[in-house]
Amino acid sequence: MMFKRPLALILALALAGLALPGAPAAQAAPLKLRLTQGVIEPLPYALPAFIADGAAATQVAQQITGVIADDLTGTGLFRQIPSSAFISKVTNFDAPVRYADWKAINAQALITGAVSVQGGKVVVKFRLFDVFNGAPLGEGLQFAGPVDTWRRMAHKVADAVYSRITGESGYFDSRVVYVAESGPKTNRVRRLAIMDYDGANTSYLTDGRSIVLAPRFSPDGQRVIFVSYQSGFPHVYMMDLATLQERRLDNQPGTMTFAPRFSPDGRSAVYSLERDGNTDLYSINLSSGQTQRLTQAPSIETAPDYSPDGSRIVFESDRSGQQQIYVMSAGGGGATRISFGPGKYATPVWSPRGDLIAFTKQDQGRFYIGVMKPDGSDERLLTASFLDEGPTWAPNGRVIMFTREAPGSDSMPQIYSVDVSGRNLKPVPTQGGASDPSWGPLRK
Amino acid sequence: MQWTNKALLLVAALGLAACNNPNRYGAGGAGGAGGAGGAGGISSGNLGDVNNPASIAYFNQRVGDRVFFTLDQSTLSPEAQATLTKQAAWLAKFPEYKIIEEGHTDERGTEEYNLALGARRASAAAQFLIAHGVASNRIRTISYGKERPVATCDNESCWSQNRRAVTVLSQGAGG
Repeated sequence: MMFKRPLALILALALAGLALPGAPAAQAAPLKLRLTQGVIEPLPYALPAFIADGAAATQVAQQITGVIADDLTGTGLFRQIPSSAFISKVTNFDAPVRYADWKAINAQALITGAVSVQGGKVVVKFRLFDVFNGAPLGEGLQFAGPVDTWRRMAHKVADAVYSRITGESGYFDSRVVYVAESGPKTNRVRRLAIMDYDGANTSYLTDGRSIVLAPRFSPDGQRVIFVSYQSGFPHVYMMDLATLQERRLDNQPGTMTFAPRFSPDGRSAVYSLERDGNTDLYSINLSSGQTQRLTQAPSIETAPDYSPDGSRIVFESDRSGQQQIYVMSAGGGGATRISFGPGKYATPVWSPRGDLIAFTKQDQGRFYIGVMKPDGSDERLLTASFLDEGPTWAPNGRVIMFTREAPGSDSMPQIYSVDVSGRNLKPVPTQGGASDPSWGPLRK
Repeated sequence: MQWTNKALLLVAALGLAACNNPNRYGAGGAGGAGGAGGAGGISSGNLGDVNNPASIAYFNQRVGDRVFFTLDQSTLSPEAQATLTKQAAWLAKFPEYKIIEEGHTDERGTEEYNLALGARRASAAAQFLIAHGVASNRIRTISYGKERPVATCDNESCWSQNRRAVTVLSQGAGG
């Protein structure tokens, strides 16, 4: 364990540098951060191709190695050293590591692994080494599963590496529900879709005959709550991802329901209900169906989300005259406005860490994704464009996905991700147009 | 903030509205049954002859099936009130039609707020029709938010066309 510290520390410092000034993580940072002058150097790692145990595993071993590299390098926190620079070859998973050879090429972390295929199952073993300290970083680990889950096993290896080096949980073995879009803007076809966090393994959950909006993952990743026009009018539905069975949640006649979110315990949901042109917040107990009205105002109250402990709800309201963000108790009652900058603030989403609220901001014809503390302080804008909207948090609260749409009558929305520092902005590869992402939990 | 009941206090006394509607088939409100819902929102209802005052085509084009709003607002302008007054008069003559009042927004806002804003617009138009004699049980409202624009350029000339409430007629249908 004593050897674990240096490697873990280096990246922990990098993360602290990315965090908000004044955030708790900053306390260990100052000394080392001055060395980097605020520039984050990605941590160099060596990832020799995982050894295939037998010819049957050759291809999948290569594929798994590639996904691990994509996961780690894709964070912007790690840099892969090209294999052409390697001095040592790793041909035996259990052979001693020649640390000097890896130190010579400046690798700070070394990841080795082996893959075998046995009876329809893939077995992946890996080890992580702290090169400068000449020691393993944690125990070796093994994952096994059906062959078609090889990407998940790669993500699990990458999550373990990320977690051991940063001291935080990873987010690679996770999925995103979103709305897949096709067709012209005046007549868009919108289908509920689900994919891995990196855009792989897309599948469609609805057929596109009805408009769907705002899919949101349940905390356990088993269900999705969303808005569908399948009755002719927009209402909130809940779908079981294993069976694809769905049911409508609120049946008050003459109303429209939308903007749903699960509570952190998954037992209830909060949403907007519109009646006679006025929109307020309601919650519903998902087993009893009992509803509770949370706000009573002639203004628009919408886009609610729970704090991670379930005690509070953040939402947007135009009660002041334009959209702003408010926080109230989960049972309703008085609300405190937390957004005060210029422009409009919308779609607040509480970080799973509890430390930040992400939002959409509109000001002078531009759209921004930003974060602020739950008391409204320390606002930072992470992105800006013609249209950025609808943030969702990675399960570890370090990365945000959102929808971006460029101008142009033929433009399609695209899902982007950005580090909570504002670094590493990039599109998530999807099949066709994609909007309204909701990032699910780390899978078990 | 503008609320429906304030708008209702205003008196509509203007003549013909100046709006024309070049693209009345693109809004998920093509007339006939099934204007709402569906991926396409395109129905195959019979619009009839625009010269026949009892036809849906006449209502859509001569009476005017839609009214427009300014940014973030749901107040009915004098022009909008004039159009809705004519709609109410037509609907009094042809009681066999039911109505879905659709509310829409431009694309320059967030999804949830736009759904709520579209509902305000639909409700403002519906309340005006009701106040002018249309039976409330003939009308249902729906909001599409920003999901069904009729005009798709990136400036105010299109956005102002998309901020609208559309009165979609159906005979007996309309969930």
